[in-house]
Amino acid sequence: MSEARRLTGAEILWEALVAEGVEVVFGYPGGAIMPAYDAMLKYADRIRHVLVRHEQGAAHMADGYARASGKVGVALATSGPGATNLVTGIATAMMDSVPVVFITGQVASTLLGSDAFQETDVTGVTLPITKHNYLVTSVDEIASTVREAFFLARSGRPGPVLVDICKDAQQATGTWRAPTGAPTLPGYRPSYHAPEDLLARAADLIDRAERPVVLAGHGIVKAGAGDLLRKFVEKAHIPVAATLLGLGGFPATHPLGLGMMGMHGEAWVNHAIQEADLLIALGMRFDDRVTGRLATYAPSARKIHVEIDRSEVGKNVKVDVALVDDVGRVLEALTPRVAARSRAPWLAHINKIKGDSAVRDIQGLPDEGRLYAAHVIHDLWRLTEGRALIVTDVGQHQMWEAQYYKHDYPRKLVTSGGLGTMGFALPAAIGARFACPGEEIWVIAGDGGFQMTASELSTAAQEGVKVNVAIINNGYLGMVRQWQQFFYGGRYAATPMRSPDFVKLAEAHGLTAMRVTRRDEVVSTVRAAQATPGTVVIDFRVEQEDSVYPMVPSGADLAEMIRRPHPPSALVETAEDP
Amino acid sequence: MMKTHTFIARVEDKPGVLNRIASLFRRRGFNIASLTVGRTAEPGVSRLTLVIEADEDTARRIEANLYKLVNVLLVEDVTYQPSIARELALIKVRADATTRPRILQVCDVFGARVIDLTAELVTIELTATHDKIDDLVGVLAPEGVLEMVRTGVVAMTRGAPTPISNSSFREINEVPEPQGTSQWPASSTTATLISV
Repeated sequence: MSEARRLTGAEILWEALVAEGVEVVFGYPGGAIMPAYDAMLKYADRIRHVLVRHEQGAAHMADGYARASGKVGVALATSGPGATNLVTGIATAMMDSVPVVFITGQVASTLLGSDAFQETDVTGVTLPITKHNYLVTSVDEIASTVREAFFLARSGRPGPVLVDICKDAQQATGTWRAPTGAPTLPGYRPSYHAPEDLLARAADLIDRAERPVVLAGHGIVKAGAGDLLRKFVEKAHIPVAATLLGLGGFPATHPLGLGMMGMHGEAWVNHAIQEADLLIALGMRFDDRVTGRLATYAPSARKIHVEIDRSEVGKNVKVDVALVDDVGRVLEALTPRVAARSRAPWLAHINKIKGDSAVRDIQGLPDEGRLYAAHVIHDLWRLTEGRALIVTDVGQHQMWEAQYYKHDYPRKLVTSGGLGTMGFALPAAIGARFACPGEEIWVIAGDGGFQMTASELSTAAQEGVKVNVAIINNGYLGMVRQWQQFFYGGRYAATPMRSPDFVKLAEAHGLTAMRVTRRDEVVSTVRAAQATPGTVVIDFRVEQEDSVYPMVPSGADLAEMIRRPHPPSALVETAEDP
Repeated sequence: MMKTHTFIARVEDKPGVLNRIASLFRRRGFNIASLTVGRTAEPGVSRLTLVIEADEDTARRIEANLYKLVNVLLVEDVTYQPSIARELALIKVRADATTRPRILQVCDVFGARVIDLTAELVTIELTATHDKIDDLVGVLAPEGVLEMVRTGVVAMTRGAPTPISNSSFREINEVPEPQGTSQWPASSTTATLISV
């Protein structure tokens, strides 16, 4: 038993964060969290605080930090508006199962329920968008609650946990004792073990399948199961399709790597899924963006679902075998059980449809001076040797990134998948910078989403962090514009967007900025950005009305893809990778 | 196929737990037919009986979602287990001197008690199964039911109770789930809810 010390609640909070290994906290002060901020000064040598410009930025930074590092991110805000500003970021983390602990100040416990100044029922507001949350009214509960919050956030299917701490609990004096052992949570079941007979049944289905496809989701990345997946599919020769958040879980350039599935997945991937006789879903949840119309989804496939969260099993897609367990543990158990097989006819067939229905390969295209987003992302991939940590916003550029930046390594793509939160990229990248100090980080954002949280440029400048920002600027809210073009008769309601001069905007923050309007400027500008210390913003003025192809319309059969109608002269569809 | 499912959940007796359960059902669109909550013989543990119209898949998802709530200790779908289910109803019926004997006779047949009686009305208490209360209400309807309140079902399995594991996380994590819980359908469809 460690030595007990008498400390204030605010000090206990910081002691508890230090005990959890927290290195950095993203936050914004205010009335109800002031005791915690005052106490923070004593811990400045152990925990760095990053002052954001809006609490949503703090939430995304903590989220980006957590996704890039695999550790728990921490965001700090005051009561009322401070806490409600976190909400978008909390929901983002919830949808993508990101471990983040949110700490909010609350009015004094004596004032709870009185509509006091800056009082909001934050545990009520965040109940459906947190894995769990706590209202702490007494100093004696702070240490144990923080301990539980971190444990819940990182264990099982990870997720955000919010701890709302009353101001008087922060001010009161209590006893701090360094925690030992796991917290006692009698009702919490972070994971289950798949029973033997089901593992055997799964192995049997795999052995008997002629046309299997692995669907690799975020769970592969979260479980760190990429190598286990590789051993498994290399033994059984099963091609791997990835969800958006699963990209990087399996090397994109591996011969068995198919690429992304779903709404903007590669055509051959969706065709392979529709023709498969077995789907092996690993750490993914059959989101509607992945399945298309459920009634016609993979009609001739048996389905094995490996998932840590048993409430996901049978939610969208009925499966033949459900293995509720850690995906790494299941792969370890399955690999020795499955037969080594070549499955040459199936792989040859996929290669054939790949040739028939490939999205464009833009390597070595004639340069007519026009700038396509695909060019920018492809060049970024080449110039960073596929090793950069890419943080995207949400929209067309996000899908182009997923198509053209070949992710071979896990945790190198940070993107808001489930919630699709515009404004995510810049703050998430700043957060990721604290997780990966030595890595090259690129933000890829649209002109719309970038403006939602552009104020965090100021944070980047104040903190002296370097991220490179590529704004794919097409003057539209491009993805909505694309839907309007396809499904709303080309009526561009509220999608044309006039933006500020992004170069001047960045310069006003004391940052370096550049503009690119032609393809032949891309390489030199990217190189210049790489060589410049501090955050650099590049305004890429791309084709205004380009669309993301292929596209499965919402609710359509996965094989019913809208294809690029007339490949523009600068974009030729070929199958071959360089 | 839609069916009436009865769940028993034992939960930590902490503020907000009922809200978490209600919020879960609202958010996922599960429809609650009845919900009762009360203390148990174990300190710090409350007990809920939930009656839900759901098909088999939905029932399994409800169970899994309840287990995701950190404060939920144990969930049992007792629909197919030998169980005892009871509900209490207070029914106020118009009853003058002419109709009263008839009503009292009905009460006698149903095993209901008259707990208040005035010149114009009687108030009847019946503790029985949900269906039996429905039957009584049906019989009394022509007499004029003025007011009724029902508690919702409380249920209990027969035989020894399922213990709540008091073990710490580590032990829970190491104990494999009983076979079949990760594979639908989990419950046998042969046993029936025993109505006494």
